[in-house]
Amino acid sequence: MPEVDASFLALPRHQLAAAALQRARDLGATFAEFRLERIRSESISLRDSVLESAKDDEDLGLAVRVIHDGTWGFAAGVALTEDEAVRVAEQAVNMAQVSRPINAETIELADEPVYDDVTWTSSYEIDPFTVSRADKVALLTDYSDRLLKADGVAHVSVHVATIHECKYYANTAGTSYTQQRVRIGPNITAHAVAEDRFDSMSTCAPPAGRGWEYMTGTGWNWDDELAQIPGWLAEKMAAPTVEAGVYDLVIDPTNLWLTIHESIGHATELDRALGYEANYAGTSFATTDKLGTLKYGSPVMHVTGDRTAEHGLSTVGYDDEGVAGQQWDLVKDGILVGYQVDRRMAKKNEDLLGTPRSNGCAYADSSGHIPIQRMANVSLQPAPDGPSTEELISQVKNGIYIVGDKSWSIDMQRYNFQFTGQRFYKITDGKLDGQLRDVAYQATTTDFWGSMEAVGGPQTYLLGGALNCGKAEPSQSGAVTHGCPSALFRSVRILNTTQEAGR
Amino acid sequence: MNGIQLTPQDTIERGLALAAAEGADGCVVLVAETSSTNLRWANNTLTTNGAMRGSSVTVIATVGSGEGTAAGVIGRSSVTEDSLREIVSAAIATARAAGPAEDARPLVDGTVSDDWALEPEETTVGVYEKFAPSLGESLKRAELERRRLYGFANHEVVTLYVGSSTGLRLRQALPRGYVSSTGKNADLSHSAWVGTATRDFTDVDPLALDAELTRRLGWAKRTVSADAGRHPTILPPAAVADLMTYLFWQLDGRDAFEGQTVFSKPGGGTRIGDTVSPQPVNLHSDPALAGLEAFAFAVARSSGGSSSVFDNGLTLTATDWIRGGKLEHLMTSRRTAELIGVPTATPDIENYVLSVDGGAGSTDDLVAGLDSGLLVTCLWYIRMVDPQTLLLTGLTRDGVYLVENGEVTGAVNNFRFNESPVDLLSRFTTAGATVPSYSREWGDFFSRTATPPLLVPDFNMSSVSQAS
Repeated sequence: MPEVDASFLALPRHQLAAAALQRARDLGATFAEFRLERIRSESISLRDSVLESAKDDEDLGLAVRVIHDGTWGFAAGVALTEDEAVRVAEQAVNMAQVSRPINAETIELADEPVYDDVTWTSSYEIDPFTVSRADKVALLTDYSDRLLKADGVAHVSVHVATIHECKYYANTAGTSYTQQRVRIGPNITAHAVAEDRFDSMSTCAPPAGRGWEYMTGTGWNWDDELAQIPGWLAEKMAAPTVEAGVYDLVIDPTNLWLTIHESIGHATELDRALGYEANYAGTSFATTDKLGTLKYGSPVMHVTGDRTAEHGLSTVGYDDEGVAGQQWDLVKDGILVGYQVDRRMAKKNEDLLGTPRSNGCAYADSSGHIPIQRMANVSLQPAPDGPSTEELISQVKNGIYIVGDKSWSIDMQRYNFQFTGQRFYKITDGKLDGQLRDVAYQATTTDFWGSMEAVGGPQTYLLGGALNCGKAEPSQSGAVTHGCPSALFRSVRILNTTQEAGR
Repeated sequence: MNGIQLTPQDTIERGLALAAAEGADGCVVLVAETSSTNLRWANNTLTTNGAMRGSSVTVIATVGSGEGTAAGVIGRSSVTEDSLREIVSAAIATARAAGPAEDARPLVDGTVSDDWALEPEETTVGVYEKFAPSLGESLKRAELERRRLYGFANHEVVTLYVGSSTGLRLRQALPRGYVSSTGKNADLSHSAWVGTATRDFTDVDPLALDAELTRRLGWAKRTVSADAGRHPTILPPAAVADLMTYLFWQLDGRDAFEGQTVFSKPGGGTRIGDTVSPQPVNLHSDPALAGLEAFAFAVARSSGGSSSVFDNGLTLTATDWIRGGKLEHLMTSRRTAELIGVPTATPDIENYVLSVDGGAGSTDDLVAGLDSGLLVTCLWYIRMVDPQTLLLTGLTRDGVYLVENGEVTGAVNNFRFNESPVDLLSRFTTAGATVPSYSREWGDFFSRTATPPLLVPDFNMSSVSQAS
């Protein structure tokens, strides 16, 4: 297991926490929690194999959240002094006092065991911040060159984001932990330009809770994908436009993860189901009165939430309220059976949820933001002895096999969605029959999951995900993984995007 | 460890001196001091709140000269005397290890702001002194009248300082605030939305916002189902901003030149000089626009298609992107201006005004002139479907209304749309007067917009959304 970075451990985390929590107690807070957080990030961009931008950032600060007179108060600051920690604690209490007249609910939290000064680090081999910039740029230039030198590729863009997150958390119940997580998100895109049209083809490598080893072949076969992209792009440029209509679909995990994210991940967030996001990210059709009865999808649908999957982007030892990472069911045998919650919602909805404990979904994207309920890794489970992708394709007479994600959009209650992808292969009599272009699929969530006839086996299972999921006001960015197998869907509406544009 | 916090001016002077002493050939230091305060509510009660203070320091060091110049960029959320020394050294080391930058140009020559020496401006929770009690009153009123309110108010002040080895000493403070409020009826079957941008919250009345939500929820007492298809549709200024902000972000000069956007000329080059709408449409940015003030100089913490770290401090002036329906400019750095063959750089400016010559009247006036069609509130979850036509998909949200004989006569279901804002600029048949607007989709981070309401005769509602 990697060690927590020594320069973070050298910060006076225990003293700052003690000063802040004591001040909050002295001012009458019934609960207080302290976070010291340091997020290092690096962003490297190349265009046509030339370095366009490379930036190294660090965000470091502290935050205090209190419950005072039954009301939340939150404040954050950047100076790492005991005076500042005290000032921020006072400001959090003041925020609670100012807010008290417009708060109609006494805030209470679900119980959680105490974890005393524990340490957790995510699973990776090479801390990206130990690799020299020159070595990184050299590798990315090589990857870019492989595409740029190929026939039919006019331009290549490369972007890699790496993040190294260190956190110290302490609360007045006695829990304290130090946690370190590393993640990486690469994208390489080849562009083709013809006289009458242009198009692009991107790598399908998902962002992952891994280190720099990911870029050199651990967890992703770059050599193979980069070798194939020019051919795939050329085939797409020459492909016939799709005929709009209803098709059977085999969806690859490189595409399906995003549909899971939007239509299951967000829909099973309890804060959305309860309306807290009604003004921003939206609500959910999967309301609490339907827990245990809503037919979310077909009986082969088993969806879990977890904060424990190795290399998962939402994987933690402990969440931002001091709750340990767990795994639980969200949809079982096609029925809605669970939600993602934080400690306040867990307490308030204890009877509904049937458990007194939070499942650990509180997260703040930096010291400057308040923890809110954020998405766990929400994953569709494969069938234990399930078919391969080819076997799923063999069950389709006239359909489309969809690979890679591109455009996505879903309504405010998570019913109506529309997605595109990187590659669309026509399926004729159980076999791939060349690429199509101008394809989008559109459906209503429960119809779509209800039409899922089969899920692939573990050999098709892949962890997809995103670094930039947005939620809350002020807006926060979250990283989350979605594992899934390939899956077969019957009778889904396919649009022709050129026709949609009125052409 | 020397943990002494430095003022923004000291950070810049010491950073530039350290860079010179360590042999950098050029250096730019940006310091942004940000304070913000927010209130969030749902189900007629406060849910979260916060008062945040943040800082960011960016050091850009350059080594070499002319076309051989390389840059190193390091950003930090705060610095002390000791950490400033470390990041200046790191920026120089990074520049030395890097190859020549394609966008290298001489750093911008010195201008000194009159208010350079002033401290950062700051906002506090006190900005809500009148707003918060009135909000509390509106929440109580909604509870009594069986409406549910959900919303968010945010106020922030950013004070930016930019200093360079070529003598730049620029300072500018900008406030930005907005409120967004959603109302639902008792059984949650209908929702309505209002939003507005503000500089200081003195001009926002929560009771008036609630009254407008009440009026709109009243329209939903009669509900009618409408089918997907092409409908005559009134887009109020907020919905026009939802679409046009996306178009604004597609004005990147390099992307267009390299054949990747709707502003690329088939066969190569950009569409600058082409007619993109036969109608007298203007899209304009100006950092000095009253009420929509934006930073008056280029700010780039990294280089990209239309920005360059070497251009920091470049004076921004009023720019026509589209004038009289013709594409006049795309966003460029000094480097990309040369690449695409235009005489001067026109960097990104953080505001815009869309106007139509002769446009007059309000959304209500457009409703009064429509025999049969739809009035949407706002658009949401807007994403690119096809960059060739700038085809966007997204949804209507929190209120679509039926208009019959010049009046709103009921509420209809929501829709998914597939539409191109470039095409809409050609197809609209009536435009109202341009007014300050607040985009539901993008306003939380891009709120300095002014747009007219538009009537589009054939807006493409691709399918029905059950969301309510």
